[in-house]
Amino acid sequence: MLTPEDLSAIFLSAKLATVTTFFTLIIGAPLAWWLSRGETLCRRLCGAVVTMPIVLPPTVLGFYLLVFLGPFGPVGKLFTALGFRLLPFTFSGLVVASIIFTLPFVVQPLQNAFEALGERPLEAAATLGAGPLDAFLTVIAPQARSAFLTAAVMGFAHTIGEFGVVLMIGGNIPNVTRVLSMQVYVYVEGLEYGQAHILAGGMVVFSIVTMLILQFLKPKREKFLRSRS
Amino acid sequence: MTIEVDLKLSYPAPGGQKLNFHFQLVLPGQGITTVAGPSGAGKTTFLRCLAGLERASGHLKVNGEVWQDYKFFLPTYKRPLGYVFQEASLFPHLTVRQNLDYGAKRRHLRGGQAGPGIDLNHFIEILGIGHLMERKPETLSGGERQRTALARALAANPKALLLDEPLAALDRDRKEEILPYLKSLKELTLPIIYVSHDQGEIERLADTRVRMERPGVLPVIQPYL
Repeated sequence: MLTPEDLSAIFLSAKLATVTTFFTLIIGAPLAWWLSRGETLCRRLCGAVVTMPIVLPPTVLGFYLLVFLGPFGPVGKLFTALGFRLLPFTFSGLVVASIIFTLPFVVQPLQNAFEALGERPLEAAATLGAGPLDAFLTVIAPQARSAFLTAAVMGFAHTIGEFGVVLMIGGNIPNVTRVLSMQVYVYVEGLEYGQAHILAGGMVVFSIVTMLILQFLKPKREKFLRSRS
Repeated sequence: MTIEVDLKLSYPAPGGQKLNFHFQLVLPGQGITTVAGPSGAGKTTFLRCLAGLERASGHLKVNGEVWQDYKFFLPTYKRPLGYVFQEASLFPHLTVRQNLDYGAKRRHLRGGQAGPGIDLNHFIEILGIGHLMERKPETLSGGERQRTALARALAANPKALLLDEPLAALDRDRKEEILPYLKSLKELTLPIIYVSHDQGEIERLADTRVRMERPGVLPVIQPYL
């Protein structure tokens, strides 16, 4: 059934998705919070840059990352000067690319939830002696709990589904950067449809389950409206 | 004991105009002061400036404590006040008890006995919410929510209580139910600023009356104490 290479690919995908989800939530929550605080030109601009990967072909994003992180790119030169290993074709490189590529899918549900909550909960918390961070952790975050779960599921699933970026920046190295979607591609290229079916079918099931989870996470509208007062 | 206010605020109104407010008055440092006036005169804005929810410029001194000066601005969460919004604005993920504790805990951490030492249990009894303690806000009626909001503001042991039309969202019966509770606040030795445009409420509650005639301008009132 599953070969050792398949298992390695599955493990790599799961690891990548977990690490990426963790970091995108840490970066995405404050970012979404900041973006939801009113509309200035600067915020709109940042919002556009953050959401850009949704419409950008993944290969384009991967290409530019390769250029920037590579030995002749600005980040690459900095890394070389500091004595770090270059990021392309490493697992760390995959993580960096995945974070950028997945960020909009984490930021958007959070930003929507924060905007829907509005100023009032924060103001009420402030009049009760809660500073900004305190209010965020004790009033905003618990009320946006389902949005955080949605963001986490979206981030995880979206990273599992990556192909173009991973191909460009990861380079399809077995056991290092050959993730699940890559393994399917390798099988199809080698006309090994039987093996491809097993992995591809598994991905379909995974996707359906993910979408079902997201359906259940959707806040019930009626309850939400009542809780506003 | 007075509240000295000299605050200016301007913010953009829809249509490219600017709304300018200048609140300059002295209010008594205890008892219920009602603030009346037509809609749009800036009654809510006045309360929000006192609370620091709007960043007005100027000077604000409450019973000897400077809350705001030309170079100094005490953020809302550091001002020892209680605020009741037009809608109860309870935290939906917390029970009534947890809502009450929310402010009490934080004020306690921030320097213990800040206010006049309100006996909360006494007020929970007066407000008739003792049996609701373990309930979530969404299961409460409008009147119960508003009473809880009042208790929550008191639980934080404030040195000033700001009430923004706390009865506006309620029907006549519910208003009648809460008015006696509001009246019982007079036994506290802290200033209560009560915004309302309901003449009946004002008649029954006011120790001092202020009326905003022109938008954003409050007359200078001399304290009665």
